[in-house]
Order: sequence, then C-alpha cells, then structure tokens
Amino acid sequence: MRYDVVIIGGGLSALVCGIRLQRSGKSVLLVSSGQNAMHFSSGSFGFLGRLPDGSVPDGLIDAVQALPESHPYRKVGTDRLREYAGQTIGFFESAGILLHGDPLHNSLRLTASGATKPAWLAMEDVTLFLSGEVSSSGKVLVVTLKGFTDFNAPFVASAFSRMGYTCRLEEVEMEEIASLRKNPTEMRSVNIARALEGQHVLDRFISCVRGKLKDEDTVVLPQVFGLKDTSPLAAIRSRIPAHVHFIGTMIPSVPGIRTQMSLKSAFLSAGGTFLPGDTAVRAGFDGSGSVAAVFTSNLGKTPLEAGEFILASGGLWGKGLDAKYDAVIEPLFSLDVDYPGERKQWYDPDFFARQSFTGFGVVTDDAFRAVKGGKTVPNLRVIGAECGGANPLEEGSGAGIAIMSAFMAADSILGSI
Amino acid sequence: MIHNEHIRSSNFEECIKCTICTEFCPVIEVNPLFPGPKQAGPDGERFRLKNSFFFDENLKYCMNCKRCETACPSGVKIADIIHSARMDYGTVIPHLRERILAGTDVMGTLARPFAPIVNAVAGSKAGKTVMDKVLGIDHRRSFPKYAGHGFIGWFKKEKASIQDSFPSQVAFFHGCSVEYQHPEVGKAFVEVLNAVGVGVRLMDEKCCGVAMISNAMWPQARRNAIHNLKEFRKAGLPVVTTSSTCTLTLRDEYPNILALRNDDVREDIVIVEKFLSDMLDEGDIKLVFRPDYKAKVAYHVPCHMEKLGWSIFTRRLLEMVPGLELTVLDPGCCGIAGTYGFKKENYQYAQAIGQPLFDEIRAEDPEYVVSECETCKWQIEMSTGYKVVNPIVLLYEALDLDKTREANMR
Repeated sequence: MRYDVVIIGGGLSALVCGIRLQRSGKSVLLVSSGQNAMHFSSGSFGFLGRLPDGSVPDGLIDAVQALPESHPYRKVGTDRLREYAGQTIGFFESAGILLHGDPLHNSLRLTASGATKPAWLAMEDVTLFLSGEVSSSGKVLVVTLKGFTDFNAPFVASAFSRMGYTCRLEEVEMEEIASLRKNPTEMRSVNIARALEGQHVLDRFISCVRGKLKDEDTVVLPQVFGLKDTSPLAAIRSRIPAHVHFIGTMIPSVPGIRTQMSLKSAFLSAGGTFLPGDTAVRAGFDGSGSVAAVFTSNLGKTPLEAGEFILASGGLWGKGLDAKYDAVIEPLFSLDVDYPGERKQWYDPDFFARQSFTGFGVVTDDAFRAVKGGKTVPNLRVIGAECGGANPLEEGSGAGIAIMSAFMAADSILGSI
Repeated sequence: MIHNEHIRSSNFEECIKCTICTEFCPVIEVNPLFPGPKQAGPDGERFRLKNSFFFDENLKYCMNCKRCETACPSGVKIADIIHSARMDYGTVIPHLRERILAGTDVMGTLARPFAPIVNAVAGSKAGKTVMDKVLGIDHRRSFPKYAGHGFIGWFKKEKASIQDSFPSQVAFFHGCSVEYQHPEVGKAFVEVLNAVGVGVRLMDEKCCGVAMISNAMWPQARRNAIHNLKEFRKAGLPVVTTSSTCTLTLRDEYPNILALRNDDVREDIVIVEKFLSDMLDEGDIKLVFRPDYKAKVAYHVPCHMEKLGWSIFTRRLLEMVPGLELTVLDPGCCGIAGTYGFKKENYQYAQAIGQPLFDEIRAEDPEYVVSECETCKWQIEMSTGYKVVNPIVLLYEALDLDKTREANMR
C-alpha cells in the first residue's frame, strides 16, 4: 500500500500533522498503537510553563530564547512560532474544537489539587485566569457525585480554604450515577459522562446543584461532562447562577477524549486513513539511507510505502523509545537517541525533582529530520514527545511542542518552508 | 530484570489501569450487568489467579468484539483474558440452545435438505414463539435463511475440474455461512479469483469454531481448530477467506484462546481483499471494471476487521470501482456479535449497541451496505431493512470479468 506520507503515531502531534497534510492534498496514513496521551489531558495545553531557571515566563515567544539551541522551539524559530501560535485556535476550530486563551502569553488554570498552574490554551471545560483570584466574593462551592473516588473533593476544598476562600463541599446523589456503583472500579469519569448525557438526567443534576448553592459566586465541578460534544458544559454554565469551573479528575480525561475524537474525525473526513490498534514493527531503508517502507504487526508482509515518513510515537510513554538496562533505543528505525550514557544520570531518586528521562528523545536536525548513526535520514521527520532536546514535563511544553513541530514538519513536506 | 517479559502469556500485568478500554466497550455502555473490560479482564485476572472463587459468570456478556484491545495503549489482550478465564474457570455447561446456535455446520447439514420448510418455520410467528419459549432465542430475531443448494455442490459440479489449469492456486476457507446461507459469496470468490488467473482449491474444512468459543463449547472448538490447522498444513497454499470473523479466529483465537500454535501458517491466512490488494501491489494481477457499473454504498467495518486492521484493503478495492459512490460508516459495533444477539437475554442490549450504526445507515440511505461479516449482515438487514453484501460480491458485479481474464493471461 502506498501513501504520500505515513505517520507513526495517533496522538496530538500525529493528528495535527496528518490533518494539515491531508487537507493540503497529500494522502496520509496514521499507524496508531492504541489510544494516546490525549486521554490523560488536563483539558488545557501548555506552551512553556517554566524556564530552565524555574521562573514562569509571561511573553511566550521571547522566552524561547532562554532555551538551549537544540530545543524544538529554537528549531521552529521565533518568527514562525509567533505565526503558528497565532494559527492554533483557528486550526482547532476548523476541527470542531473551541480553544480559548492568549496564544502569546501564559494564563493560569486550576489543577486537580486546587492549585493554579500556567497554561497556554484551554478546552471549553477549563477556565483560564489572568490572576490567581478564582472567586471575587471569596465563597466557593465544590460539588462532587456520591461514590466518585476519582475526584478528591475534600482535598480540592481544603486547598481553596488554604488559599483563603470560604469553601463548602456538597455531594449530589442520583439514581443513574448510583447504578454505576454496582461495579465500583468502573465508576470512572467516562461512565459518569455517559450517564449524564441524557437531557433529563443533566436537567436534574443542574437543579440539584442549584438547590445546594447558597451565597457562593463560584461553583467547582469535576470534568465529567460532554464526552461527545460540549453542549452539557454550556447548559450547566448558563443555568447555574455562579461562575462554574470544571476541574480535572483522575484519568481518563473527558475533555481530552472529546478533543482527540474530534481531531480524528477531522482527519478522517479530510480523507485520511487511520490504522487503529496497529504497531509499526519494522522499517526498510533504500540504498541512499531514506526510509522505503514500514511494516506493521497487523499488515504482516504488506509494506506501507511512502515518499515521506513522520515519527510521532510519543517517546518513552508512547513506546516510541525503549529503555533497556544500559541503553535507551528508538526501536523502529534505530535512530540516535539523546540521553546521558550513564544509567545513574537517567533519573533523580527524589521523585519530584527534575527527571532526566522525561526529556529523552530522538536527535534531529534543524528541520526535525531524524539522525541515524550520525547521518540525517532525508525523508523521516520526528515530532511531538518523540523529538529530543526538550523536557516537556519539566517545562510544561508538551502540547506546544507537539503542535508547533507538527505544523513545521507538515509545512516542510508541503514545500512552503 | 523482569520488565517487558510476560510473566503470564495473557500479559495482564501490563495494564496501567487507565480505563481507556472501558471507554470503548460497547457492552458496558448499555448493560450494567457486565463488569466492564478492565474489571473482567486484567483486574479480575489478578484475583482469579489467587482463587477461582472470584470468577464471575457475567463475563459471558462480553461480545468478544475486541474494541478494548484495539484501544489499549499497553497492548493488553483484554478480550483474550476474558475468554480464557471463561474457559479456565467457567462452570456453566452449554445447553441445547448454545449447541444449536454454535453448531453452525451440523445444523446446516441437517437443515439443508429441508431448507424451504426450515426457513418457513424459523420465519413464522409460531416457530419464533417456540424458539423463544423453549430455547431462549429471542422471538424478535430473524434467522438467516438456509440456501437449498450449497456452495460446495456448485463448485464440484461447475468449477472444480478447471482449477488445475491456473498458474497459481489458493485454498479457500469458505466458512459455514457460504456453504449454508450465502453460496453467492463463494461463487463470486471463485469467479473473481479465476478471472485474475488464480485457481481455487477446497479443503476438508470444519467450522472455524468462533461460535463454539462464544458458547463455552471448548472441546469442540479445539477439535475443529486442530483439524483445520492440519488441513492448512496439508494444503501448503495461501488460505484465503471471505469472512472477517473466520479469519480472526483462525489467525488469533487459535493461539490466544485455544492455545494452539499456528505461527507456521498464520501469515498465509488472509481475507480475499488483502490477498487481491497485495497481488495488485506486486503487479501480479490487473482488475478491469465495467464502465456502466453504478452504485451508492456504505461500508460497515466489522469489529473483527477493525481488529485485524485490514479495512484499508477493502476500502482500496472499493475506491478502484469507477462508478461507486462510497461512504465509510463510523466505526461502531452492530451489536450482534455472532450468536450473542440471538439470545433472549442479550437481544435488547444487542439492538441498543447497534442503534447508532442503524441510524447512520438510514441517514446515508445507500443502495446497500457492504460488510465482510455475515452476522453483521443479518443484524443490519433485520434492523434497518437495508441489504448487506460481501465486498467480493460487489467486486464480482463491478468487474468486467472477460476483460479482466484477458488482462491477466500469462
């Protein structure tokens, strides 16, 4: 089977890149080995939440200059970063996803523990703040669903109390949700979101919350609304007479899943081909060192041939890298990986310290082309978390790198760079 | 060093408890009695290994659609764990109903000589009431009709003698439905393969066993599997199929559930759409289509085709047909899952699972639906009234067989 571009990966960077290419007339195939990190999303995207010196930057584009030269953002370059950051909201809107936020500056969002954290753009669930002030009256009502253990409401409430707010905690009990508790391990965000999809169930939930509201001007709810579309969020916001903020639950992430589904639909409706649940296991190179074909576990000996290949396999988390005892390898193409040689330097025994392994990735040239044995592979680009030179977890830059590198890889294949 | 080593062949230890499988399970969405793939699969496995007391008979509600496995980011074989657990710990003995539903080949042989009578009785109100009350087969369910004359008889009479004249050969695993209900699928297969210069051999095949696996008839399933694998080895040819479910069973359920090794023949077992697509890629065959063929169709990817990952081949072949207006339907389960939707206790869930698909088909309003799975066909035809054809039948109708034959003369 032959395509213009074969992308290995099915997460944020793979889908963004695939949509951009397919819409520009390329035939694109995505090989996706199971679902991806979007299912673990906070509901917001980070661009650069923390600089190497620990400070939080305000203007995002200029702050990139403080990053090392090998960083993916430096490869994109500030002019193009500014252009791409400006395009992001429109790009997602064209895929049916409404993002909000200032594309060139950090805002703040509420975390699952009730603290605030820098964020770039956010899905409709997530409220972005310019200051740390969440409620002007100082009174906050936290509402959860009875029996739902993936949202630690008392913990969230105590965090608000520590921040000086008067915080009250209420539980809503509903028959439709209670029936999920027959099977307590499956009482998770997605199942609750499904149960709350029916209009009359949502109506009753809203009136329950209204009944519990006293003099608070702010209501905090878990992110368990709107798996298919965001209409439940709008209904809740318009009918509860207070500012409503949705806070992340334990995985899986309802806003993340909804966003991933929309991106996948946009890719498919542009005419793209998506191989779900398949794994690229082997690659073939031609005499000049270019990738000729990729083979997958499902397709067996049928080669997937293309002129251009993109590796968006998600780093260690996505199995795009494999850690052996004494080496970290890129298993599909045997590309060069950027990591410290000595195992002791891979991690810090202090769990909350900066971890080196969360930044391991493939070595690339200035145009995100992969390096193998010191030589550039002309038709293989590496994007997203698979790309080396950054530490997305430490920097709060995972989504930004995924989107920026996807845009750049697509544009360079399209010849517009 | 234990990482990446499967401690148990089911690899349940690789589950990271992310619950993504649950999100993709069509059963838990409609049936609260099913514990869900994570609990029924890797979570439950941990307990069952300690004590079989933790085995839950509600695992029978799993349809084995494998959508959990397709979604799992950690590659856990969730549905295999569930069905292996049913095999290892289940205590329910299959009753008459299970034996009737799963005995696709035996029932076919018995029903064949009396096809008009059997069809009339199975389709009558009285017949349906009896099956509902006595057997627990839901009275709202339409039975597939038995064909009076089977595929094998036709093949032996009309086609067998010329097969040796072709330069290459394949073994055709036609499955029960081609023999007993849909001989037109087998006929289309033989005509198309012969037209591209490939001869067809039949084997002494038995039912692939998928319905036996679903209905806990483990010894029978193993017997059939051992017999079929022996036939494949004897044939020494590519084993080509027209049913996605037979294909998945022969390739993956034999080793993963029935613990029968098939790695020496597995790669040679392919559905006809992949076989043709690979031949096209190699430049071995040419297809010439009729200029006057026109149809508007919707392609439903069966769950097992999705798990095989091979719908791209069907899509590619359909896209080659010049007069075809093709829509690929959203990936969703039709709800039937073989014999599952026939059972009285599952009927309402089967229909609820399939509802989004039925709605989408009605909205598309195609001339007919294309699908590789015979039980999807029965379910969609009964639930929507739209006709469903196997893609090889569409290709047979769209190809100019004479010109294709000429183009493939060697």
